[in-house]
Amino acid sequence: MNKVLNFDTGFVWSMRLMALLVIGLVVAVGYVLVQGSSEAFQKFGLSFITGREWDPIMGSYGSLPFIVGSLLTAFLALLISIPFSMSIALYLGEFANKGKISAIFTSLVELLAGIPSVIYGFWALFYLVPVVRWIQERLDIPPIGVGIFSAALILAIMIIPFSASIAREVIRMVPVGLKEAAYALGATRLEVIKDVVLPVGKSGIFAGIMLALGRALGETMAVTMVIGNNNIMPDSLFSPANTIASLLANEFAEADSSLYVSSLVGLGLVLFVMTALINFLGKMLIRRLSK
Amino acid sequence: MKKTISALLIGLTAVTGVMAETEILGAGATFPYPLYSKMFNEYYAKKQVKVNYQSIGSGGGVKQIMSETVDFGATDGFIEDAPLKEAKRPLVHIPTCLGAVSVSYNVQGLSNLKLTPALVADIFLGKITKWNDAKIVAINPSAKVLDKKILVVHRSDGSGTTSIFTDYLAKVSPEWKTSVGAGKSVSWPTGLGAKGNEGVSGLVKQMPGSIGYIEIAYARQNKMAVATIQNKAGNWIVPDLASAASAAAIKIPDDTRINLTDSDAKNAYPIAGFTWIVVYKDQNYGGRSKAQGQEVAKLLGGWFMKEAPMPNPSITASCPQTRSPRLKRFLRV
Repeated sequence: MNKVLNFDTGFVWSMRLMALLVIGLVVAVGYVLVQGSSEAFQKFGLSFITGREWDPIMGSYGSLPFIVGSLLTAFLALLISIPFSMSIALYLGEFANKGKISAIFTSLVELLAGIPSVIYGFWALFYLVPVVRWIQERLDIPPIGVGIFSAALILAIMIIPFSASIAREVIRMVPVGLKEAAYALGATRLEVIKDVVLPVGKSGIFAGIMLALGRALGETMAVTMVIGNNNIMPDSLFSPANTIASLLANEFAEADSSLYVSSLVGLGLVLFVMTALINFLGKMLIRRLSK
Repeated sequence: MKKTISALLIGLTAVTGVMAETEILGAGATFPYPLYSKMFNEYYAKKQVKVNYQSIGSGGGVKQIMSETVDFGATDGFIEDAPLKEAKRPLVHIPTCLGAVSVSYNVQGLSNLKLTPALVADIFLGKITKWNDAKIVAINPSAKVLDKKILVVHRSDGSGTTSIFTDYLAKVSPEWKTSVGAGKSVSWPTGLGAKGNEGVSGLVKQMPGSIGYIEIAYARQNKMAVATIQNKAGNWIVPDLASAASAAAIKIPDDTRINLTDSDAKNAYPIAGFTWIVVYKDQNYGGRSKAQGQEVAKLLGGWFMKEAPMPNPSITASCPQTRSPRLKRFLRV
């Protein structure tokens, strides 16, 4: 008995240690970012965030266009992806939750998550961008093709598996008893989904969506290839822009002055804080929703 | 069992054998990487000395040599006076090859585009926006019917190619110099950015009406149309290895730190530049072994200057100028 207890406490402690290690890592990353960006924040203050000009030659760095670019592409991608990922999740979790077809579809959706992002980028550049260009020609917009909309489209495809597979698992876990009770009361299948499955799985589904959003915010390679890398404020959904992650990937290697590097690290900090803030707000929203 | 042990023993001797070998560490510019990797392979085959070159970018290369973590750094832009003085001991610039930046375009019905320096600047400033602009038509009569928008494509990542191109524009256009400037990343007044030479060439190839600047080897590999540029002497020059090499047919300062753009030479292609290897003149530093210093001197001071294989023209630029005795630098061990 005693031995089992010892083993148990040891197990608990080792898990606690692992968890603390992760927290420690996050704190360490935050510390490095704050320290590395102090020069930029000291020099520019708040205008580092509100500034619209990014000019390495003049040594003036403002990150607003990239913040806007990151948020726009990520949320647009989320908006586009939700109908698809929710349909997939409902179909695989509720309608086809057993059997061969379900297994094939499930692994196919998960396969989407395993494709390297540079492959997505190439595919988007050669197949998606011409489609967007075709749309732009019809809408009488300069047919550039690359831009926020193309980036959001490819991001949407990339994040579908994240929100879909989590939502699918959550939907599968909704107690059968609850659903059967609803059916017994005469509810239709749609009503069961709308009034039982979704409300019960709400917080889990939402967590999956947040994960997908985080992925969209941090994506680098695929976005760089189709967003047009224009470091000025976007003025329409089709205009070429840039995101924080994409700018970092582009400019970090050749950044030569210390203020330049510090500003790039500062952008990293902005992204870090932004992601944390969005996650925090998401959690609050879930709590409010589940009350 | 015996077999495993002997296999292990062989493995061990192999490992110690590798460890006894000297390895020279280098890091820096991506632009000459295809050439360097070929040269260093050859060096290993001939002299059994491994050269480990990491193409992390010029900025990284300079940083690494400054902090003495590598034996040599490589960069597309020479180190300016101020940071050069910050180095703990004298650094030597060794120009290894010359690169040219071509202005490539994708316009149906327009072959042999000719551009004056002012036109190149105005297009990249966003001042000329249509292919049938009067200034373009004046020297390219066939452009008269092209009522198409010009789409400028530039590099989005910091790069030596951008540095050479913007340095050229700053020399030929006062407006470019004051409003944009020259460097590895600049704030572009117009156009789309793409990552890497392959990104720019990909975008230009895809988009009708586009124009961008690409390292000449990439433009060739992709069989792209390149513009003929008027040089300082007033001659129309097609970018190729010979015309790029002529850019260095001018007086080169002793420390070789010079931008070759807008060269005075008669047949020079005007958008060209050196790429350098940067190394400490006195190799005896930071507790390095004497052998290590000697190997570096043999590689950079000797072999690189005299025996290194001439680059395959399809890889990258040309190096004949660097072989002249004037540019030879000997390192002190």
